[in-house]
Amino acid sequence: MAGNAEIRAGRLSKAEIDDNFADLHPPLTRSEALIEADRCYFCYDAPCTTACPTGIDIPAFIQKIRSDNLRGSARTILSENIMGGMCARVCPTEVLCEEACVRNTHEEKPVEIGLLQRYATDPVFEHSDQLFQRAVATGKKVAVVGGGPAGLSCAHRLAVLGHNVTIFNRDSKLGGLNEYGIAAYKAIDDFAQTEVDYILSIGGIEVRNNLMLGVNFGLEDLRQEYDAVFLGVGLALSNNLGVEGEDLDGVVNAIEYIAKLRQAADKSTLPVGRKIVVIGGGMTAIDVAVQSKRLGAEEVHMVYRRGPEQMSASVFEQALAQTSGVTLHHWASPARILGDDFVTGVEFDVDRSDGGVRLDADVVFKAIGQRMDGNGLASLASESGRFIVDEHQKTSSDKVWAGGDCVVGGNDLTVSAVQHGKIAAISIDRTLRNR
Amino acid sequence: MADLKTKFLGISSPNPFWLASAPPTDKAYNVNRAFAAGWGGVVWKTLGEDPPIVNVSGPRYSTLLSNDRRVIGFNNIELITDRPLQTNLDEMRQVKKDWPDRAVVASVMLPMNEESWAKYLPMIEDTGVDGFELNFGCPHGMSERGMGAAVGQVPEYIQMATEWAKKASSIPVIVKLTPNVASVVPPAKAALDGGADAVSLINTINSIMRVDYDSLTMYPTTDGMGTHGGYCGEAVKPIALNMVAEIARNKETRGLPISGIGGISDWRDAVDFLALGASNVQVCTAAMVYGFRIIDDLTDGLSSFLDDKQLTLEQLVGKAVPSVTDWQYLNLNYVEKAVINQDLCIQCGRCHVVCEDTSHQAITHTVNGVRRFEVIDSECVGCNLCVSVCPVDSCITMTQLTGGVDPRTGRAISKERLQWTAHPNNPMRKTD
Repeated sequence: MAGNAEIRAGRLSKAEIDDNFADLHPPLTRSEALIEADRCYFCYDAPCTTACPTGIDIPAFIQKIRSDNLRGSARTILSENIMGGMCARVCPTEVLCEEACVRNTHEEKPVEIGLLQRYATDPVFEHSDQLFQRAVATGKKVAVVGGGPAGLSCAHRLAVLGHNVTIFNRDSKLGGLNEYGIAAYKAIDDFAQTEVDYILSIGGIEVRNNLMLGVNFGLEDLRQEYDAVFLGVGLALSNNLGVEGEDLDGVVNAIEYIAKLRQAADKSTLPVGRKIVVIGGGMTAIDVAVQSKRLGAEEVHMVYRRGPEQMSASVFEQALAQTSGVTLHHWASPARILGDDFVTGVEFDVDRSDGGVRLDADVVFKAIGQRMDGNGLASLASESGRFIVDEHQKTSSDKVWAGGDCVVGGNDLTVSAVQHGKIAAISIDRTLRNR
Repeated sequence: MADLKTKFLGISSPNPFWLASAPPTDKAYNVNRAFAAGWGGVVWKTLGEDPPIVNVSGPRYSTLLSNDRRVIGFNNIELITDRPLQTNLDEMRQVKKDWPDRAVVASVMLPMNEESWAKYLPMIEDTGVDGFELNFGCPHGMSERGMGAAVGQVPEYIQMATEWAKKASSIPVIVKLTPNVASVVPPAKAALDGGADAVSLINTINSIMRVDYDSLTMYPTTDGMGTHGGYCGEAVKPIALNMVAEIARNKETRGLPISGIGGISDWRDAVDFLALGASNVQVCTAAMVYGFRIIDDLTDGLSSFLDDKQLTLEQLVGKAVPSVTDWQYLNLNYVEKAVINQDLCIQCGRCHVVCEDTSHQAITHTVNGVRRFEVIDSECVGCNLCVSVCPVDSCITMTQLTGGVDPRTGRAISKERLQWTAHPNNPMRKTD
């Protein structure tokens, strides 16, 4: 994005940017939490728990908030979902636990489960309060490939169960999309690393960063050296649009820009375009669109090839984009990207009788999904570029389990990845103990 | 709007709501504010002998709170007035002069010797107050000195002191009863026998609110030590209602006028007391929690209710008393079953789990593989637990079986009444 004068830092002051990137949902005060906790009906076989991919006993943790038993509440949460802190911030609760809340039927206003979960877990991270104890050492070694939510969840559960774990991580920091992908205003104050530190503090987890599978090591090496392998490699590659002009300066993969944004010490130094077009309809598209606007872009257009119902971004996320000043366009596919050296605009095919639409742009973000980097993993059975696993997250290969976005059924949610890692760890444990 | 004017023992007040003898009626300043807000009367904070008692200068109150800090129960260790008697008498005289249409009753607590009563009551009556209330109820502090509840727990003392009070005065005497007794009927009977014109109840209940979870001492304390207090507020209303009804329906005390006290917070609470036999009511805690302005809902709500029911205040008094009886006279042939309105059900499952865990396993969790809560009539004993815990108003109702067979017992529904007194299982049954 160098060279185009329209793409520059400092469109807003540092103070304005700090304000724009403050906590999206500020934490509850004790009074707010107690009042909100009182709204929970303590349902039997609670629909919210059923709706939670990790099966957190939500009425139980809320009951403990009511009695000021925050440590017990956090234990209830984190024993099912070790990333309960991040999930409290990033889960699309409006389509998970909170959508299932019976208060919706009663008064169309669910209990604020996400915010209560954050209230219960924040003190644990703030005080590094270790809630878990490792089982007697088994002497078994497990390799975890990928330092994202699936891998970290798997590693933590294995460590708790008494196994020794080595994480092979391609980045320089652990956390995966929590560290490099989540919108900054959802995980302020470096929370992703706080959570990583907490997870590692259980002990028994060795971390090896900056190592690429298929480049620095191979799956077969791990199968030889370790008693079991878990693959949580995610979807590392961005999909291409496949249209003319895609390689112009100013056409950027959204996840790469978001990663840069997340790693920037001072966001006011980030170059941002004046007119931005985002192509895609998922969370990444929303995240890059909203963050661009909050960095000071004057016009941000998000263009999706189908309608709002088909967007994988939730209704809440779509509304967040709109209230942040992003213009949403539906039923429009990019036909070609315009420009000579730099991008100047995008031309769209539109399912309308009046023909195509043209949007001016000096930056075009591609956010039409990611795919797995299958380098070194061809031996595993897969379908549409994702590993096939059974209900225990076991792959077709002996000693190899997998989870997160890289498996069939992976759905781009931290909470689902955590559950995959947890299930795999339990299965690995049973297998290693011959049970 | 229904007229709320009340004559209790001949004492007039514009409505049946009096402030009970307590901190809100400690001095003219408070009472003037109360009357300005619309209260019908006050029972002035209890007077005693000079020199006045001394109160602690630390916590006198503490509360049982809901999570959003709504006061459910209230505890106090304040004693009777700690101001010189003459100060109170001067203020009472002035207040009665300034508010001639309001009731002003003097609460008194004196040692158990006739001379004290003969000496103080005429002095107090001279201020122009409308009546006396004898404080035989306070359970803390003064009871250690042989007064308050220490008197109220011994019917003979109640009768004796009531007789002294009647002898020393010419205005109505109300005896205020303590709930800290096995049965409230003997104390009420003793008051009646002593010549009391009425009883008022309940005074507060012996209580310790909780411990301090840091210091593991009782809470609250005065310099590290605490003492039991008197419990009141919404939480005590059911206890008070039972005692009021017991006096209203017992043949030994029936007809004795009652001033009802205990947790009255809104007009419905007043309806409870009035329908169960009280002729007027006294309020303290609700005013101490929200201020005197609650009188507006009390009078307005009661008046609207009377309009809706097309009743006068006098007609409401005691209306529900005939419905109160002993367990042995309940109809054991009467059968109800719970019915869950599926359109209102929000699927919380609370009815199921409480019935399953603690009652009669009479509510489903799943029907044909789908989450659904239905009453199983062949198990339902009609206990009302599900109705009691359901968070949705009117979602679960009790319905009488009027014919056919009770699927639980297999017995035909009988229209005949069957009381325990005549039940075949009762070895002591009376046969005609």
